[in-house]
Amino acid sequence: MKAPIFSTARVMAIGRNTFTELVRQKVFYFLLLFALIMIGSSSFLAKISFQGEFQMLKDVALGAMSVFLCLLAILATAMLLPRDLEERTIFTILSKPVPRYEYLLGKLLGVVMMLALSTVVMGMLFLAVLLMREQVVLADTHRSLAGSPQELAAAIAEVKRSAFTWDLIPGMAILLVKSVLLASLTLFISTFATSGIFAILVAACAYFIGHLQVTAREYWLSGIGMHWWTRLFTALIALIFPDLQAFNLTDDIVAGVHLPMDVFWQTVALGGAYASVYYALACFLFQNREL
Amino acid sequence: MTGRIAPIRLLGATVMLTIVGAVLLPWEIQLQKSGREAGFRTVALDLSLREQIGQSGFLAALSGFRSPVAAFLWIKSHIAWENTEWGRMAALFETVTTLQPHTRLYWDIAAWHMAWNASMAAEQDKNQQSEVLRQRTSSQYIDLGQDILERGIRNNPKDYYLYERLGILLRDRRKDHAGAAEAFTKAASFSDAPAYVKRFAAYEMAQVPGREREAYDRLKALYVEGEKQRLPTLLKLLGQMEEKLRIPEGERVKPRQPAVINQSHR
Repeated sequence: MKAPIFSTARVMAIGRNTFTELVRQKVFYFLLLFALIMIGSSSFLAKISFQGEFQMLKDVALGAMSVFLCLLAILATAMLLPRDLEERTIFTILSKPVPRYEYLLGKLLGVVMMLALSTVVMGMLFLAVLLMREQVVLADTHRSLAGSPQELAAAIAEVKRSAFTWDLIPGMAILLVKSVLLASLTLFISTFATSGIFAILVAACAYFIGHLQVTAREYWLSGIGMHWWTRLFTALIALIFPDLQAFNLTDDIVAGVHLPMDVFWQTVALGGAYASVYYALACFLFQNREL
Repeated sequence: MTGRIAPIRLLGATVMLTIVGAVLLPWEIQLQKSGREAGFRTVALDLSLREQIGQSGFLAALSGFRSPVAAFLWIKSHIAWENTEWGRMAALFETVTTLQPHTRLYWDIAAWHMAWNASMAAEQDKNQQSEVLRQRTSSQYIDLGQDILERGIRNNPKDYYLYERLGILLRDRRKDHAGAAEAFTKAASFSDAPAYVKRFAAYEMAQVPGREREAYDRLKALYVEGEKQRLPTLLKLLGQMEEKLRIPEGERVKPRQPAVINQSHR
């Protein structure tokens, strides 16, 4: 009997297996623990005023989440193919009727599951710390403010405004989307990389260039006083690398800027488009690669 | 890692990546535009900032950690405060507000430190013998505080709070009642502004010579709003304006009596 061209069950099996492998690694626990400590202790970092405290808490916690997710996405994905080759498990898998694109999709799915789990764990801890601090500050405000009911209401509204806002949820979702994009990009790089370290280095470079891409793009599109080779160079930077600044929305969300849902969904869609493109190109390269 | 990929295939992937980049480019530009309209991605990270925060800080800010870098520098500014390093604080505030221009807390506290703490410290500086120079430095710090708030307002024009803070600075540090009245009036025009801001605007207007009629109209309008606005300062100022404007007895809100103006504003 001929195997189907695409099997969700096979992809899920590889994905689950990859996920299990990843969460058993010590580096995952180390990084997760570090991020959780950062998030948990963020409320102690600054107690300048109630607004300052929430600002610091959100800055540190979301910053820790962002660092951890980006690091994990690159480190975990870059080591997937080298390890499978080294341990020769890739031969066992691919000798079965498993197409290479399913193998890669399964691997990526495993990483995405791990990133999603990490986002949920860190996000829940962050929100728990934030809400606990909010309750403490609200209780203090009630106790210490002996003004008119109007003033008390204004102070309470101010505390609530400074603490939890619903925009934090899509903000954290965007962090996950960015890490998935990076995982897909790293998977693409690892299909032609000569070692895991090489893949990590190239992905890290792509990460930094991706954040500068918008500068190159604006310079290229302005076209003012440029030689043709400068124009070509900036154009290549702008076209080859993704605009990673598009996913840095938490900086402004923390500052109280409201995230419109159309901007959120467009950013998610852009991240999804890039992740799909990198996956497709990874398949294109991996299809004929000698193992 | 073993295995090779044909260079032609690698070149093909690069070409495909470039084509996809060209297809996604208008989307990226449009998304950047929508983001900017919503208040995102408005910070320009340029070389002057690179000089202020150093290479590693600049790299971190560029890599999507602008907000944590600002938080870190904010903590540093508080250490500078503990050491009363006012000049260093001013420089750090400049950087923090450049990195996070939409955080009103940074503008507010930075202006407060400059216009109150630094200014008072300069006024009482025992190392400076010249009274004129002490006053001049003190005034310069107030100017700096005012400038911080004005820049904060330009970056957050829809926020009542910084207008209110500017009003307080002009009232308490500059004794510029006309300017304070204008700032409080602007703050009160926002729907989320607390009720007292409107009263502040009227109180300050009452201090401006030649604008008694306007002040009276505002105070009376507040009085008409109901009991919650009829606070002692409002009643006293209303009485004073009625006296100054010679409002006929029958039209007066407050019966004629010797007016004692309390300077407290709440």
